[in-house]
Amino acid sequence: MTLDFSTPAHYLVALLPELVLSLWGMVVLLAGVWKKEEEGRPSADDLGTLSLVGLLLAAGANGWLYTAGSTGGHGMVTVDEFRLFANWIFLVAAFLSISISFTYVFRQRLQAAETYSLMLFAVVGMMLMGGSHNLILIFLALELMSVAVYALAAINRRDRRSAEAGLKYFLLGAFSSGFFLYGIALIYGATGTVDVLQIQRVVIQGEAVAGLLFGGIALLAVGFAFKVAAVPFHMWTPDVYEGAPTPVTAFMATGVKAAAFVAFLRVFLVAFDAVYETWYSVFWWLAAVTMVAANLMALVQSNVKRMLAYSSIAHGGYLLVALVAANETASAALLFYLLVYALMNIGAFAVVVSVARQGEERLQIEDYAGLGWQKPALGVFLTVFLLSLAGFPGTGGFMGKIFLLQGAVDSELWVLAVVLVMATLISYWYYLRVAWYMWMKEAPEAEAHAGVMTSMPMKVALVTAVGLVLFLGLFPSVGLGVAERSVAALFEAAGTMGRVIP
Amino acid sequence: MHGFLAALGYEGWILHALLWLPLVGMLSVLLAPSSRAKYLALGWSLLILVLSLGLWWAFDPATGNFQMYSSRPWIRPWGVNYAVAVDGISLFMVLLTTFTTVVAILGSFNYIKKYEKAFYALMLLMETGVIGVFVAVDLFLFYVFWEITLVPMYFVIGVWGGERRIYSAVKFFLFTAFGSLLMLVALLYLYFQARAATGVASFAYADLMQVTLSLREQMWLFAAFCLAFAIKVPVFPFHTWLPDAHVEAPTPGSVILAAVLLKMGTYGFLRFLLPFFPEAAQHPTVVTLMMILGIIGIVYTAWVAAVQPDAKKLVAYTSVAHMGFVVLGIFAMTVNGLQGGLVVMISHGISTGALFLLLGMLYERRHTRLIEDFGGIGRVTPWLATAFLITALTSIGLPGTSGFIGEFLSLVGTFEARPVMGIIAASGVIFAAYYMLPMVQKVFFNALEKKENREMDDLSPREIAILGPMVALMIWIGFHPTPFLSRMEASVVTVLERVQGVRANLPAPFGALGGVHGDGGEVVGYGDPQDAELSAVAEPQLSENHVPRGDEE
Repeated sequence: MTLDFSTPAHYLVALLPELVLSLWGMVVLLAGVWKKEEEGRPSADDLGTLSLVGLLLAAGANGWLYTAGSTGGHGMVTVDEFRLFANWIFLVAAFLSISISFTYVFRQRLQAAETYSLMLFAVVGMMLMGGSHNLILIFLALELMSVAVYALAAINRRDRRSAEAGLKYFLLGAFSSGFFLYGIALIYGATGTVDVLQIQRVVIQGEAVAGLLFGGIALLAVGFAFKVAAVPFHMWTPDVYEGAPTPVTAFMATGVKAAAFVAFLRVFLVAFDAVYETWYSVFWWLAAVTMVAANLMALVQSNVKRMLAYSSIAHGGYLLVALVAANETASAALLFYLLVYALMNIGAFAVVVSVARQGEERLQIEDYAGLGWQKPALGVFLTVFLLSLAGFPGTGGFMGKIFLLQGAVDSELWVLAVVLVMATLISYWYYLRVAWYMWMKEAPEAEAHAGVMTSMPMKVALVTAVGLVLFLGLFPSVGLGVAERSVAALFEAAGTMGRVIP
Repeated sequence: MHGFLAALGYEGWILHALLWLPLVGMLSVLLAPSSRAKYLALGWSLLILVLSLGLWWAFDPATGNFQMYSSRPWIRPWGVNYAVAVDGISLFMVLLTTFTTVVAILGSFNYIKKYEKAFYALMLLMETGVIGVFVAVDLFLFYVFWEITLVPMYFVIGVWGGERRIYSAVKFFLFTAFGSLLMLVALLYLYFQARAATGVASFAYADLMQVTLSLREQMWLFAAFCLAFAIKVPVFPFHTWLPDAHVEAPTPGSVILAAVLLKMGTYGFLRFLLPFFPEAAQHPTVVTLMMILGIIGIVYTAWVAAVQPDAKKLVAYTSVAHMGFVVLGIFAMTVNGLQGGLVVMISHGISTGALFLLLGMLYERRHTRLIEDFGGIGRVTPWLATAFLITALTSIGLPGTSGFIGEFLSLVGTFEARPVMGIIAASGVIFAAYYMLPMVQKVFFNALEKKENREMDDLSPREIAILGPMVALMIWIGFHPTPFLSRMEASVVTVLERVQGVRANLPAPFGALGGVHGDGGEVVGYGDPQDAELSAVAEPQLSENHVPRGDEE
């Protein structure tokens, strides 16, 4: 069917994946209440499975939307392939994060229904954020996502660090939301609209009030930079990522970041395309500083979770390069990289969850000594994820990085490309360090890793993630093609073209 | 033999088989019980060696073009192809790789005691990676294989190495990765320029070679590529990772590292650096700089080697010296120089590989590598001493061994280009005797003073099976290098024609040794200079399914 938004029903169809997930989140909540009355096995696993089913249904709805054509951007939500591709990323991130939560939720006695339904609600927020071209809706979606994630970060009530993480994230997140909202207000003042396409038209026609517009752009950029954890707006990240329950950290580092980047890209490439010259150099520095600083700080981390937090900031830096390049290739690269990044990062966190046994016990890098020889499968998986994070050939991370570099090269950002590869070189050190602890150091005792076990959903998640990371690394054509097509839709609808920096 | 191979359709599948059979072998090693790992690995590597030997006959020495070319689209949106081929340069590198892998695996039987499955699996993975580097004629594919070789070597050094193994493994990894990442940016620049010029995305060797670059662009790209290769070779100031890696690596790791991994760097010089950036490569300053670095490598490391108490470290330094001769020969840019460089690459692969194996054998017997711990053991282990002496003499380039042919040709090439450089470099041959012979004397010929040294076993049949073919090869190349030289000549001439842009005014190849081709002109017809560039790669001999650009199939 073709969606022309002539009747309200079309809106419902266009929002099908979001609606499915919202309803399903409530179902999970209710199921949690009912289940507690029963006796016997813990209900946490059932709730997890139920949530996975909800994600599969949403995925089905998302796939079905490909068959629905859309005739235009009158609605607040677009039905373009860009949004649908972004939805895949969020769904994959949520699916894997929930899969690796099963044992964790059980052992840490978290409230399963609340945990899983909050994750589903957060995904709804992400989807709306990536799919909307109305600044107000983007803000609401951002809040929906953030509030859910604030609660998730603090979901482990018995853990002091979890509470600290939640509070920190909430305070700083609220602060940045203020910037974001103020930015929207200024832009409304400058252009008289909050619709991204309308803003684009006003800006192109030169009717925007320059001072207000640039102030608004700056404040919006701050809001986004906070969410994608770009240096120097990253201060909250290491503490929050370290304190939050590990599966939630995995979810934050991939899903939240992906949603922020997708909206970031849509707003800046569509609405502010015409004033590209004013903002690109700011992002240039933001990207360069983020890449270099985050990688340098990751070098000295001895806590694996914290190291992965800095690594995720660094990856945010690589992705910012795509924003600076602001052409079709770079945008497609951003989508492709976000997908690969979700797979490899959650994969790495999955191993961290396994190694940490009861929950948050063994997180130091020394705890990984000899892991590879005692648990070869886990060792090989983590090695693959680390090589992929490092951008090594044969893995999806390599293809993603090459794709990003191509985007940078298309806009002739040679210096930024060199900064990117040198930052990658720095990152080799800390990724390799985990590998050498795993394979080259002796375990302190013969049974050091005996308590490391993986539940069935965790195994499925690990195998899926490894399989996809290798598949995208060896046969990336399909993924690249889909990413490029998705972006073409965005650029076509917006009428913006790739450009070369003057 | 030709007919037999043709009947098998050998040319059609051999390169793919060489590339992927090691991976099949790797899987079989991983799935089999640990006790059978080494025999399986040996079996697979022997099979691959036997298959690869057919290349010797199937290869057509008359042409300098790529042979056995085949190409399939791999990543269509970027114009990346899975394209493989061999020419007279890569032919020997492939053979050296298949041969060395067998030797290294056979040499690890007693040395590798823990995690055998993983070790042999990594050796086979490495074989795939190295062969991939040598046969890839698509630069993206080349880069992928180039990087992949790092991973198995990192683990081989880091897991099975000596005391400071982790430090050495990481140093090895980071040094090499530093160069290759910059090369990646340069490669993308080339790709970008090629696409801008033709509108077609392609990483194919032939396409990237046709990019027109200004001298300034060439200089920068040359620097990026050169750095990557120079670190790998290693050329003088970038060599510090090598002694560490060699000393800490287990014997088979050292053998592979010396025999084939270092050759990836010099191969890169020949295959990419010179043909891609001919003006930069011929710039007098660049040539002088590279030659001086080569000479420093030869002379300086010879002195450093002479004072090493650790025999393995001594041999590691000699590697740098030998590779100095290769760099010298390559930048002489004469037929003799290039051929000499190639022969040194082969000879060094065999002789240094053998030296590391012999030191490994001594280490297995005495658990030391310090020269002072030995003495007079030639009387106890005469066969081991014989093999060691022949190998050491090959290493220092005694006439009648492969080392002599290589060093002599590259020195002749250097004389033709830069006489003064040639004279200084020739002194390196004397220094080679100065570091190698005293070591041999102290280990094998001085008084037999230490009690532990009296009870050493001589070579076992397995060890004879390893060393025999290596010694035979050293002497064969030393006395009858013609079959080798004739197979490389046409390709070397092709490279030179590309570099010099005009029909090279070639001196007769070294008559007394080579003598098969009167002059370079007999080697396949090249039309005018413009055509020569194309014919170098764009028209491989095999007509089947040739797709010069990725998008046409």
